Amino acid sequence: MTQATTSDSRPDLGVDTALYEQMLFIRRFLEKVDVLYRQGQVHGPAHLGLGQEAIAVGAASVLRPDDYSIGTYRGHAHALARGAPAEAVLAELLGREGGICAGKGGSMHITSVEHGYYGSYAIVGAHLPIAVGLAWASRIKKTEQVTVCFFGDGAVNIGAFHEAVNLAALWSLPIVFVCENNQYMEYSPISSMIPVDRPAASRASAYGLEALVVDGNDIDAVRDMTGAAVVRARRGEGPSLIEADTYRLKGHSAADAGAYRPAEEVERWRPLEPLLRKRAALLAAGNDEQDLIRLEAKVAIAVSGMADRVLAAPKPDPSTVWTDVWADGGSRWRN
Amino acid sequence: MAELTFRNAVLAALAQEMERDERVVLLGEDIASGGVFKTTNGLVDRFGPDRVWDTPISEQAIVGAAMGAAMAGLRPIAEIMFSDFYAVCWDQVVNEIAKTRYMTGGQVTLPLVLRGANGFGSLGFGSQHGQSVENWGMCVPGLKIVSPATPVEMVGLLAAAIRDDDPVLVFEHKALYGSKQEVSDGEQFIPLGEARLVRSGDDVTLVGLSITVGMCERAAATLDGAGISAEVLDLRTLVPLDAQAVLQSVGKTGRLVVVEENPGQLGWGAAIAALVAEEAFDDLRAPVTRVSGGNVPWPVARELEAEVDVSPERVVSAVQRLAKH
Repeated sequence: MTQATTSDSRPDLGVDTALYEQMLFIRRFLEKVDVLYRQGQVHGPAHLGLGQEAIAVGAASVLRPDDYSIGTYRGHAHALARGAPAEAVLAELLGREGGICAGKGGSMHITSVEHGYYGSYAIVGAHLPIAVGLAWASRIKKTEQVTVCFFGDGAVNIGAFHEAVNLAALWSLPIVFVCENNQYMEYSPISSMIPVDRPAASRASAYGLEALVVDGNDIDAVRDMTGAAVVRARRGEGPSLIEADTYRLKGHSAADAGAYRPAEEVERWRPLEPLLRKRAALLAAGNDEQDLIRLEAKVAIAVSGMADRVLAAPKPDPSTVWTDVWADGGSRWRN
Repeated sequence: MAELTFRNAVLAALAQEMERDERVVLLGEDIASGGVFKTTNGLVDRFGPDRVWDTPISEQAIVGAAMGAAMAGLRPIAEIMFSDFYAVCWDQVVNEIAKTRYMTGGQVTLPLVLRGANGFGSLGFGSQHGQSVENWGMCVPGLKIVSPATPVEMVGLLAAAIRDDDPVLVFEHKALYGSKQEVSDGEQFIPLGEARLVRSGDDVTLVGLSITVGMCERAAATLDGAGISAEVLDLRTLVPLDAQAVLQSVGKTGRLVVVEENPGQLGWGAAIAALVAEEAFDDLRAPVTRVSGGNVPWPVARELEAEVDVSPERVVSAVQRLAKH
């Protein structure tokens, strides 16, 4: 995935370990952002997907490089999983030159079009119609490109969700909607905000779609479920709506301690988090624990070194604020 | 040369650009059958169902889909049946379409057009189907705003909007749909951001947009009879704004009346008045004056409409008040 983690040896480790490494890198990256946030290095909010890494990495692993994905303000993992350069993402979070959005997006709008990740949107639900447009274009152009759209459980209660899923189903578009049900709509349990059992799956039948639920903390299950949906979409068999159960290990944003979550609930989910589970599965499959320990040390060092480099990088040139409004590169609205 | 109605001018521009560029695709409610205002008649037969897509009543999905398709390399044109309905998809327009190029550091380009019927015109459409809303978009950096005044203008400006690489909102005044004008043969194109000098004059500058351009022309004809020579400018586009055209005209006449159909309490005319006050103060021989729609939600009964609508008579009165200076 990133230049920082793919360069050297893992010759005897298979694809499973590569995915573990990706998740691990993202976990360490997000933890580092959390620390930097507390140190006052992140300007503005940062919504971390700690504990939800398996969905982003699992889904990205079944995509072609030219497929489209799109997500939310909790989108760092989704960008990194498609191959967005981690150092440029961190530079964006820390307001340094070389930020992936040139300092104009920040934590909530990480985007890497070059890697097929068409943006992180911070208006809940707003990107679902946009995702439909990406998929609509694939259909018109007959390119067989598939769009994967990630969103949170809170998004199912906003109108854009319904308009978008309805249109995608009506037009039989090549799109996979992935609801990351992390159990909380900001600070409120999602169960207290829906009159049905499940935020997404319970709504699927309204659009003629199958109710699909997957353990979003099991990367192999995520790969199976999203992979099958992507194949269907690519064959022209229309959209899927997947609800992936997961759990936010921390608060809504880095500023939120998540104290409203019952302690027993946090404890119940703790052993279910995706990294512990994938690690246990790798060991059960015969991988050498020393190899994993070396890998874990390598990732930790890579993230730490990257953060040091980014912190030492210059701040953006203030004059660049006037670029990128219009396609001509400028921002002039009058003569 | 053919005589075209304003509505057929829309159709002509769409057909011209769909013919020219296969990336141009349409979506909207009932557009395959021509749409409520018959601005897309016959396009599905001519260009096929892959270019003309009927949608449910889902403005957020329509506008969002246009944005996604634009990011993916198409040049979509979404019809918003009545511009009042921008209110139900305004998030998509101002938070996503207007900003995504900027907030991604220029990673995406959004060559899309949102177009549809706009305006009051005392047609009995009332508060929720009768607004002029060009000024809504003018508050938001990242949107271009076009509002043509005649069939000739419509063909050329809509063509330019479709070819533009940025998001453009094109407003079609519904009271103008039946107006007619000779349009010359061949490809039509009018660059965005160049105001049109409709009529030269020496004593006062009348600035209009869309339906108020014709009102300014009629007012100018009346003022001729009173010995007042009025210059009429059609802004054509609010963004990009041809501010220099206004400043130069005021430099000559020393007097400015801005005529806008929307309520005046924060209309686009306020922006024109402000820039003239700041940048041409020494040229002014009289206070800048605005003629605007009334500051009420729109009524329906004819007598009530007449009370709040702009008109050539109101423009004439405003100029006569200025003439004392």
